Amino acid sequence: MKADRSSVAQQASAPLEVVSLVSLGQHPVSGRLRRAEQDARALELCLALERQSAPGAVSLSAWHASGSEIAPGSEQDQALRGYLGMGLESLTLVTPDAPGADPLKAVDSSLKAADSLKAADQPVIDVWALLVTRLKQAAPQLVVCGGQGETGEGSGLLPHLLAESLGWPLVEGIVAIESCDGAHLTALQALPRGQRRRLRVKLPALVSVDSAAPAARQSAFAQARRGELSSLASGELVHDAQAEAFGVAPARKRPKRLKRIKATSARDRFKAAAAKAEGGGGKRLEGVSAEEGAAEILKLLREEGVLR
Amino acid sequence: MTIPVDPQATERPPVSHREALPRRDPRLEQQARNRLHPQHLIALQALGRGAAAPQERWMGPQGVMRRDPHVGHFIAANGRKRIDRSGRSGPVASGAGQPAGVAKARVLPLIEIASPAFLIAVVPDMTGGRLSSHDRDVLGLARQIADADPTHQGAVLAVTFGTLREEGDAADSVGLGAAGADRWLHFADSLHDGYAPLEQLAELEAIDDKLAPRLWLLPESRTGGGERGRRLGARLLCRGDALARPSGNVYQLDGELAAIGRGEPGQVNVTGRSGNGQQDLTRPLTRIVLCEAECAEPVEDVRHAALPLEWQAASAASEVIEDLGPVAVDPSAIALGEAEFILSAGNGIRDWDGFHRAARLLGATEGASRMAVDDGFMPRARQVGATGTWVTARVYVAVGISGAIQHLQGIQRCDKVVAINTDGGCDMVKRADLSVIGDAGAILASLCQQLEAERSAGGDASVAGQVPAAASASSSTSSATLAADAA
Repeated sequence: MKADRSSVAQQASAPLEVVSLVSLGQHPVSGRLRRAEQDARALELCLALERQSAPGAVSLSAWHASGSEIAPGSEQDQALRGYLGMGLESLTLVTPDAPGADPLKAVDSSLKAADSLKAADQPVIDVWALLVTRLKQAAPQLVVCGGQGETGEGSGLLPHLLAESLGWPLVEGIVAIESCDGAHLTALQALPRGQRRRLRVKLPALVSVDSAAPAARQSAFAQARRGELSSLASGELVHDAQAEAFGVAPARKRPKRLKRIKATSARDRFKAAAAKAEGGGGKRLEGVSAEEGAAEILKLLREEGVLR
Repeated sequence: MTIPVDPQATERPPVSHREALPRRDPRLEQQARNRLHPQHLIALQALGRGAAAPQERWMGPQGVMRRDPHVGHFIAANGRKRIDRSGRSGPVASGAGQPAGVAKARVLPLIEIASPAFLIAVVPDMTGGRLSSHDRDVLGLARQIADADPTHQGAVLAVTFGTLREEGDAADSVGLGAAGADRWLHFADSLHDGYAPLEQLAELEAIDDKLAPRLWLLPESRTGGGERGRRLGARLLCRGDALARPSGNVYQLDGELAAIGRGEPGQVNVTGRSGNGQQDLTRPLTRIVLCEAECAEPVEDVRHAALPLEWQAASAASEVIEDLGPVAVDPSAIALGEAEFILSAGNGIRDWDGFHRAARLLGATEGASRMAVDDGFMPRARQVGATGTWVTARVYVAVGISGAIQHLQGIQRCDKVVAINTDGGCDMVKRADLSVIGDAGAILASLCQQLEAERSAGGDASVAGQVPAAASASSSTSSATLAADAA
């Protein structure tokens, strides 16, 4: 945290610029567009950071990269207003200079590199270059986004591509931002089994959020209606040719893997096929005193390594 | 005729007389003849005929195989006659023979590839320092691709980071050879045990530059292969290699796999799930593939020589992302579906304060069965079972739970189950790996007491640093025995 006096004075006055990148989400059953779950958690993380900092210390803006124009009242518009309902005044739409014509299907390009592929020949707009241009111009200190998109390919690549293009560090799976001063960010990362790990990242940085983060707040309808979506042209229209060539089909249920029984005798094969989960090899202590029973249990817990 | 009797002799006739007169003991012989006599076997032994075990089949005098119908079966524990021709159970197997657990380890044939035509690189997750089943599946897929064309044989290179558990034999300590790796590159720096993504990315990039593998296969997992593969893909894409765009969530490869070895990955199609899991995307193969679990069969019938490669580790620790270490987490804040250690309460608990205290002292996440939740002692979110949460804990301690089938469904993925119950015949005791039959309250109270005694004794020994080690050890043992006496 080395800082000379002039930049300290600057940091004292200049708020921390935080950008939250949001995208369109889809309901898993109905397919209706709505706010995406991971992006909403990312925005919730930013709002929590704003709340825990001094008033005016954090300046938050939300961006959505869109390949085509979003007509007011359309499905995409309603879905994006879900983010406004979390307490934002405005949402910036990062669009190409000449946005693609709005097809009847109202396909919109999401934040991640490929688009919603309801039919095989839908145009897919690559938003990577648009976002890089816009982020280089705006130069925020912190960019927070969800890990994987819900519409389209959902490759989860875009945060990595942005980080590489901008030269910023990226950390994944963040669940809480502990502190964020001008030079460093201290955050908690989620590990499997509910464990947490503390990281310190040098700013400017990109933070990616997954489902371990705290749930997003409910969206308020009136706030969603009041907010505005403002468009910002950022670059030329580029099609993602590779993604347009993907073959799309509804997801097939994968067959469960069968246990291959390497058995030599008929008895072994029968036993393996008919075996229930018995756990018959269990140890049983009957008629022992409470102390002995407790000691035996403690021994097992120590062996398994769950008792510290 | 009188036999001269020496008054100093014993009652029995002298030895020489006895030898001259062989006496038969008709009682003994009758016992030996009567198979059902309680002392039949003793009589056989006394007559010197007891050594031979009764045969089931033997060749009779007429040249016909004779069979003894009384031999070959045994009486099982429930009193019924059982015939087991495999010899696995029965009187022969129970005590006399070798212990059943000793299985001769099959020595699998070793396959060595001296000069491979191409390399397929795999970066297994190695969670906990060992190969997971997901890693084995990915190595199996790599093996399929490398072996697709026998004339143009490829090798599988496994790249591992951090400290690993050595569990196998000297030649194949980690089990990578048994899983199908021909070459092994290990980065043993302890900084890889924590979070060091940029250093790992630098290493993988260097391997890609120098060894030029045809394909990179990584397991699609949140904290391991998924992140590494995407970082590597982004780095290579930004350098201009359009073929390095990672294919994510891949579960199937279609087409001629041998084309990959020839350097034409585009001829093979991969099918992967989209981000939301609702669609299947089919695309030409790219250089980096992130594979889902069960994408291919693991290697089972052969083993490979995982030859360690010489490599110069490039990078030093970067200051851009620092790992400040794991943070202590409150067990009650961990989601029940994810928790590793669960203490679960059922109908048999009377002392709820004692239960909560035990959960706090053990550092366990609390769970409950349907009975406890319906009675209002625990919230619904804590219910474990078919309608509650399906838990995947490593250790599950069930206190006062009888083990209804719905509850057992919820804990089917748990590794070790401990049951404390007053009823020894309940289903939970049948399922459990360790069961203690007794009063739940008393056992939990004793558990808390023993834990507190150990912790206070350990605390005393560490605090009194000046006290010599012998005195502190003796004081801790004496306090432990005092605690045990008082209990």
